[in-house]
Amino acid sequence: MAASAIRLPPASRIERLRAFTPVIVLVVVFAVIGAIAPAFLSIDNLVRIMNASAIPLCLALGATFIILMGSIDLSVEGVVAMGAVLTALLVQNGANANDLGFLAIPLVLLMGAAFGFVNGVVHVKLQIPSFMVTLGMSFIAIGIATVMLAGERVRITDTTFRELALGRVLGIPMGVWVALAATLVAYVIQTRTRLGRWIFAVGGGEDILRLTSVPVGRVRILAFTLAGVFYGLGGILSAAQLGQGHALMGQGRLFTTITAVVVGGTSLMGGQGGVQNTLVGVLIVVGLANGMVLMGVPPYVQTGVQGVLIIAAVALAVDRSRARIIK
Amino acid sequence: MSAGGRTAALELVGVDKRFPGVHALKNVSLEVRPGEVVGLIGENGAGKSTLMKILSGVYQPDGGEIRHDGRKVVLRSPIDAAATGIGMVHQEQSLLTNLTVAENIWLGKEKPFLKGRLIDHKAMAAAARRQLEKVQIDIDPTVVTEKLSFAQRQMVELAKVLTLEEEIEGHLVIMLDEPTSVLEQAEIDILFARVRALRDRASFVFVSHRLDEILDLSDRVYVMKDGAVVAEMPSADADTEKLHSLMVGRSRNAEYYKENRQKPYRPEVVMAASGLTLAGAYEGVDFELHAGEVLGIAGVIGSGREELARTLGGLAPATGGTLTVFGRPARLATPGEAVSLGIGYVPRERRVEGIVGFLPVVANITLGNLRAVTRGGLIDHAKERTTAETWVKRLAIKTPTIRTLVMNLSGGNQQKVVLAKWINAGAKIIVLDHPTRGLDVGAKEEVYELVRSITAEGVAVILTSDTLEETIGLSHRIIVMKDKRVTERFEAMPGGKPDQLDLIRHMV
Repeated sequence: MAASAIRLPPASRIERLRAFTPVIVLVVVFAVIGAIAPAFLSIDNLVRIMNASAIPLCLALGATFIILMGSIDLSVEGVVAMGAVLTALLVQNGANANDLGFLAIPLVLLMGAAFGFVNGVVHVKLQIPSFMVTLGMSFIAIGIATVMLAGERVRITDTTFRELALGRVLGIPMGVWVALAATLVAYVIQTRTRLGRWIFAVGGGEDILRLTSVPVGRVRILAFTLAGVFYGLGGILSAAQLGQGHALMGQGRLFTTITAVVVGGTSLMGGQGGVQNTLVGVLIVVGLANGMVLMGVPPYVQTGVQGVLIIAAVALAVDRSRARIIK
Repeated sequence: MSAGGRTAALELVGVDKRFPGVHALKNVSLEVRPGEVVGLIGENGAGKSTLMKILSGVYQPDGGEIRHDGRKVVLRSPIDAAATGIGMVHQEQSLLTNLTVAENIWLGKEKPFLKGRLIDHKAMAAAARRQLEKVQIDIDPTVVTEKLSFAQRQMVELAKVLTLEEEIEGHLVIMLDEPTSVLEQAEIDILFARVRALRDRASFVFVSHRLDEILDLSDRVYVMKDGAVVAEMPSADADTEKLHSLMVGRSRNAEYYKENRQKPYRPEVVMAASGLTLAGAYEGVDFELHAGEVLGIAGVIGSGREELARTLGGLAPATGGTLTVFGRPARLATPGEAVSLGIGYVPRERRVEGIVGFLPVVANITLGNLRAVTRGGLIDHAKERTTAETWVKRLAIKTPTIRTLVMNLSGGNQQKVVLAKWINAGAKIIVLDHPTRGLDVGAKEEVYELVRSITAEGVAVILTSDTLEETIGLSHRIIVMKDKRVTERFEAMPGGKPDQLDLIRHMV
């Protein structure tokens, strides 16, 4: 009856377009680079891009959950290094007598979860901003990894284990399949579980949740734990790919991770975006890096372009009509 | 005290609540019978919000008890209150705009929809649809809440509260806190129709400033004043004028408002409006403001007076008519323009807009005009201190030292710091937008003294206030607004102040 007086306003075209901006950017980036350097779009190179995307994707999946809550996780590099070192020490290697093979995987994931859990607990219980806690934890993890190896590196001699990154199925490296499986798991968690739902809710308005029975603190701790598992996976793939483990193996991973998540369209304010965005974001960032190499762009300029990219992505995403105070 | 042999759905018996310096609720008793809509009215500060917060479990009463279906209950938290059967439709909406309607309705209650560890979205949407049917609204539960209009969101809130129905034993009581404040008339009609239709499912407590709406929707009305229930009557026996005088009716104390210190204003006109109009808010407003004068603007919510005050502070530029400030035409398009013309606006949200709480008194006072205490690009601390100390003395700001952080001062003294800042920055006209809201009695008195001090120095004041009493007590002249227009003007010099009922007659 009178309900007709309050109908839905139709979504504006721009609004609908906005959701697809990252995909459009991806297509444009690939088309432009492909036009300049045709080798970019060759099958071989596309496989190379996929391969280079595998580890950043695993890391960015974890970071997506944190950024969806409006928090930030800077522990990526530390946990990756820790994961790689631990992996190298648990499988057959040149430093000790261990030979756990694939059994190392759950143990390393557990380690990642443990670091994430500590991140979450310290952040929630001591009420320390997430960026500070995770930055500290990153250094702690790198410190532990350094001590474990006394600053040395350790070689992996288990060739079967290295197949995890290097083996190929249907011409595509195993690492890519692992990352895709991780993406699927992350997507299901995001869309189909209570935790996923609550992560969006925390990012959308934590103050409102006080009136509901959503356990905000527990959601935060679980999200950080989950992110740690994904970083651990990134560490395992790093070790398998390079055939070694050392304390600096995470170097440079943090910036790519955050850039990929943000370029993909997940809002730094929380509540908007998700795993699907991150997949696109990783392809943009890795594709661009690969393309710049093919086009002969000097390495220092490449780093600069990444910096421009992340600022541009945030500048485009911020809804300035509703902007409040920015710190 | 059950009525007609029936147990009340919700009953408050002698509920008492004190905050430091304020006796917020004094022995309040009221009851809500099954299927009844009870109206609750009172001025700002009468205790309505405190009462709502006690009923929704945010505050704990200091005395008395709450009974639900005749059983004593203790409401420790909003979740507790909901589990008991007391739901709340919030004025500031409690929906997450980035989630879908269904997700919002079942937020924190996803358990029944879990298959293993995964959520069954279809079942959740279907269940949400059933809830939305209760309020007869045709919204797709899978749509993201952001896309809904304000009125639609309110319906979703109502549907969300109605989910309690299936979870509780006994009667459901729903509190509607100012639900109509941002709705269009057509939307209000729909809301009221839904509330009436839901009376066999729940009882309602309806809080509103709009007395005609209260009379329209409620079966009975409770009137609160100064923390106590002063009247209870069936809506059929009430009219807006009667309710309004019950809300405000009290004898004015001339001493309280420092009327002996009220001096005649000066002849010079500092601000004048002619045919001033803000489309949709007020029309054709004329007035003259003189140096040293307090000009009160009276009117109920929706009369246009709030918007008028904001226009004069540069926050809502007028769309028609003319405004002159110190003889020159002014548009007041931004707060910055108002400030540069010598107008200071003191907002009601003092903590948010008026002061920087973690800066000391001295820094707050000089904030508006740092240039005056700057020499060669550097702040001259000695000069800054002298300036601040002068103001602390002139306005009798009670602070241990000028280094004390403003957040540690009392509300009244914070208000003084705000005014010191403006007048130090050269303001000759001060717009006071509900200057005593949330202040205790002592702090209010300090604000009144302050108004007398600054007007004695020739500063002119535009005043909108929470109570008529305060408007009458402080003002030299009063303009009364109703339905966007000025309906009457009163002279209000000491000895010749108008009666509250005189004003009310032109307000409602």
